Amino acid sequence: MSPAPVAAPDAVATVDASLAPERRDAVRYLLILLPAVLVLLALFVYPLLGIVERSAYTPKTGYTLEYYGQIWRVPVYLQVIGRTFRTSALVTLMCLALGYPLAYLLATLRPRVARLLMIVVVLPFFTSIIVRTYAWMVLLGRNGVVNQYLTRLGLTDTPLPLLYNQGGVLIGMTYVLLPYMVLTVYSVMRGIEPGLIRAAHSLGASRWQAFRRVFLPLSLPGIAGGTLLVFILSLGFFITPALMGGPSDVMIAMLIEREVEFTLNWSFASALAVILLVLTLIGFVGYNRIVRLERVFEARD
Amino acid sequence: MGEEGQRTGPGAVAVAALAGAVLLFLIAPVVIILIVSFSGADYLRFPPPSLSLRWYQRFFGIAAWRQAIGVSTQVALLTMVFATMLGFFASLALVRGRFRGKGAIYAFLLSPMIVPTIITAIGLYFFFARLKATGSILAMALGHTVLALPVVVIIIAATLQGFDVRFEQAALSLGASRFTALRRVTLPLIMPGVLSAALFAFLTSFDELLIPLFLSGVEVQTLTVRVWNSLLLEVDPTIAAVSSFLIGVTITVLGASALLRGHGETPGT
Repeated sequence: MSPAPVAAPDAVATVDASLAPERRDAVRYLLILLPAVLVLLALFVYPLLGIVERSAYTPKTGYTLEYYGQIWRVPVYLQVIGRTFRTSALVTLMCLALGYPLAYLLATLRPRVARLLMIVVVLPFFTSIIVRTYAWMVLLGRNGVVNQYLTRLGLTDTPLPLLYNQGGVLIGMTYVLLPYMVLTVYSVMRGIEPGLIRAAHSLGASRWQAFRRVFLPLSLPGIAGGTLLVFILSLGFFITPALMGGPSDVMIAMLIEREVEFTLNWSFASALAVILLVLTLIGFVGYNRIVRLERVFEARD
Repeated sequence: MGEEGQRTGPGAVAVAALAGAVLLFLIAPVVIILIVSFSGADYLRFPPPSLSLRWYQRFFGIAAWRQAIGVSTQVALLTMVFATMLGFFASLALVRGRFRGKGAIYAFLLSPMIVPTIITAIGLYFFFARLKATGSILAMALGHTVLALPVVVIIIAATLQGFDVRFEQAALSLGASRFTALRRVTLPLIMPGVLSAALFAFLTSFDELLIPLFLSGVEVQTLTVRVWNSLLLEVDPTIAAVSSFLIGVTITVLGASALLRGHGETPGT
């Protein structure tokens, strides 16, 4: 081991003289990191591995891919997976279409005003998903607020079916996931040097050109990150589609819940969960390369 | 809305209008629920024809709802303690430590945020069912700790990054031990961040539905599980009062956290 370099002020400690101070520090920090890692290993990774095992092993038959085969063979299950992808893609597009302009406005407003308006994004973001879903059930229900207004304005005689169908699911999920998009895109936009836009203007670019040729390309990581984040979160959505969808709007997560709670086919539920998990983790790895997750949450202040 | 003078073209106006509509879309449902919860009518009309506290009386008057508040609070307090303690030391190590694989460990600690909660919930359900420990407050709190840990780590790590290490170095050079420097210098200075993290851990637990949906028993139900069960049946106006209560908890946490940040700007950043 190489001798310690010039002692840093924090290397005055006397213990473990056999180790170089830097090495000793690394060991110390790893030790205080350990409890959190162990808790996650025990209460998160181990249960997830339990699901993986259950999906491919039963005490009766030993190792088997039977449950994955079922998903592949029965058309209904493939339909559910297909619908989950389609719904997630639509929700992601809607979040981008609504979220990008808002993030742009917030990023270009004076910081004080932006911080005030940010409350409007953050309050729903930290409100329980079940409360947000309930709010939309109140709005879109048969006798809901929206239908009350439509009838009062004479736009419709009979209440429109806004809830318990695909449209209801799309509105609810877009609402719940929109803050993720806004915060991700905003966190990237905030880092764009305003001087670059001014430079484009001074070189004769119109406002639109400056946006399209300078700002938009620089905000692309935000678009990519937000899109990926919203998409992977959509894939695993349960509460909103379960409460706002109809019988034909079943998504993967609802199928998993149903198999665990009612059919009691835990192995099959596990196989579905493994597929969803793998898709999500692939997305997460991609996301982590584009935007750091922690930045998104720091963007709120 | 504060429009700056330089952006007045038609495009800018269109963007501002669209963004304004999106802001309305985001806040309107929350505001409408808050207003409707004070309705005096038998079903949810907006605006309410008369105001009353009848739905709140129903909410707080029924023993099962009161019990649910108690269960949710106990679970959230335990989660807060577990997640804040674990997360504080983990953040300290991640921000200060120099070791290989830090990025990977950080991503690992944040991963419960990304894995669909339904999967985490059934994993914990299978796990605790084998231990015959479902239906207990502790099991729910441990499950929620998994979800709250990433929140705590993000907030405390951000606070630590904004903390000037020279304060601690000064204490060390004056002869303080590492532990004393941590306890007497660093901790008081980053306390607002730690408290804020604790509040968000509490909120994460209080708002969580899926884990208690699988882990709670018939006797021990959280507030969110009771809301879920009643929503499967009908849209009962009492839920507007329960929802407003939950929104109130969120507003309290956000407000307290903003105050903490305002007061506790760490010097030297």
